[in-house]
Amino acid sequence: MKHFQRGLDKVKKMILSLGALVEQRVHRIKTAVEERDVTLAREIRHLDHEIDEMEVEIEEECLKIIALHQPVASDLRFLIAVIKINNDLERIGDQVVNIAQRVERIAKRPVAPYHFDYSVMADKAETMLRMSLDALVNQDLDMAIKVLTLDDEVDAIKDEAYDRIKQALADGVTEDVGYMINLLLISRHIERLADHATNIAEEVVYMIEGEIVRHGVLE
Amino acid sequence: MSDSDKFDPTDPKTQKTVGNPLSENPRMSCRDVDVYYADKQAIFNVSLDIGKNEVIALIGPSGCGKSTFLRCLNRMNDTIDICRVSGEIKLDDTDIYDPAIDVVPLRAQVGMVFQKPNPFPKSIYDNIAYGPKIHGLVNSRAETDEVVEMSLRKAGLWDEVKDRLDQPGTGLSGGQQQRLCIARTIAVNPEVILMDEPCSALDPIATSIIEDLIHELRTQYTIAIVTHSMQQASRVSQRTAYFHLGVLIEVGKTDQLFTRPLHKLTQDYITGRFG
Repeated sequence: MKHFQRGLDKVKKMILSLGALVEQRVHRIKTAVEERDVTLAREIRHLDHEIDEMEVEIEEECLKIIALHQPVASDLRFLIAVIKINNDLERIGDQVVNIAQRVERIAKRPVAPYHFDYSVMADKAETMLRMSLDALVNQDLDMAIKVLTLDDEVDAIKDEAYDRIKQALADGVTEDVGYMINLLLISRHIERLADHATNIAEEVVYMIEGEIVRHGVLE
Repeated sequence: MSDSDKFDPTDPKTQKTVGNPLSENPRMSCRDVDVYYADKQAIFNVSLDIGKNEVIALIGPSGCGKSTFLRCLNRMNDTIDICRVSGEIKLDDTDIYDPAIDVVPLRAQVGMVFQKPNPFPKSIYDNIAYGPKIHGLVNSRAETDEVVEMSLRKAGLWDEVKDRLDQPGTGLSGGQQQRLCIARTIAVNPEVILMDEPCSALDPIATSIIEDLIHELRTQYTIAIVTHSMQQASRVSQRTAYFHLGVLIEVGKTDQLFTRPLHKLTQDYITGRFG
């Protein structure tokens, strides 16, 4: 039993470390977007392998515990939630890389009049990630549910960015369609990042309540 | 730990079972069952249905009363002088504790398989034929042959023993002996089969064969199984009942009970926090 509990504690520490690392990357990519900092974007992109390696380690640790101890009830739900959260964190890492690539592409261009200010959107996404990880640490159901409601706000901002670019195209601003697509993609990546934060919150709800609340089945 | 330390089985609030102890289609129904060994109460106010064609697993730490409760279901506790059972236990509509009930046919209707395989010191054939003969279920050698073959087939043992039916049952392997005992139970046309840790003396392969057999038998019989192996409970049963110090704490669908137990004691036991 002690051996099993040590295994669970280890997994918890590992997923929290990965969460902290991913949170830090999201914070830094936000700065890179805001400041159009190519050097920072490149650095972040090159460090993604750290997240990938941790993801594999966590998954292996969870599989080992499941195979050796056949956990049930809250222990099983915890491990299943960790496996899924682990995957979401790794995917957030990938979105950060995607954003870094876009920043590297657009950084040298002057700020266009149709440029969209991503700071509000990125702030919200970062907040969602932080809240979902806090909910995980503190087993806080209310906070997890709050994250689910914030996702709509991020989606709305993404739609705004889309409309802004569409309008620019309609207005005949066609000298640099590639630039506009990159801007649109940044909003898309931030929106996906927020979706993964939402997934994490949903997994936390499952872990605490044993209820699957994906696909809008939250009462 | 503190929760179980404070546990008072005599408190009516404690005796309230969470989940759903009743079945829409019961084969056996137990209401307000108390069991005493002399002055010591072993089962407290248990109400539970056992549904038709279901496998229900009774789990709980040692001394929780699960085997005692199982033994009430075919009045096996009658063999213990100091044991007293009160409350109502019905098989279909018959009160099995009615003084007019003859326990011999009752124990054919509600058969039992024990922890340790206990074949009679007779041939494989006679192990099966004995029950039907004394219950008057067969009138000729041909009929007996038929019952023996049918029972051994249902227990998944026929192909392994058909060429040595005259050899002693005790010469079979542990797993085969246990299937022989299951065949012996089946031979007298039971409605319900009670199993008290039927695989605890068996290796994983023999266990797996018995578990597959339990799945097959469910189509024709109702099965209640006491097991110390929670993995076994989760593999073979549709419903699980958790007992703690003589109280039926929780009953639920097995998949729900092992992923989302409702009671903290169930949660603590199945996750190995105590017990």
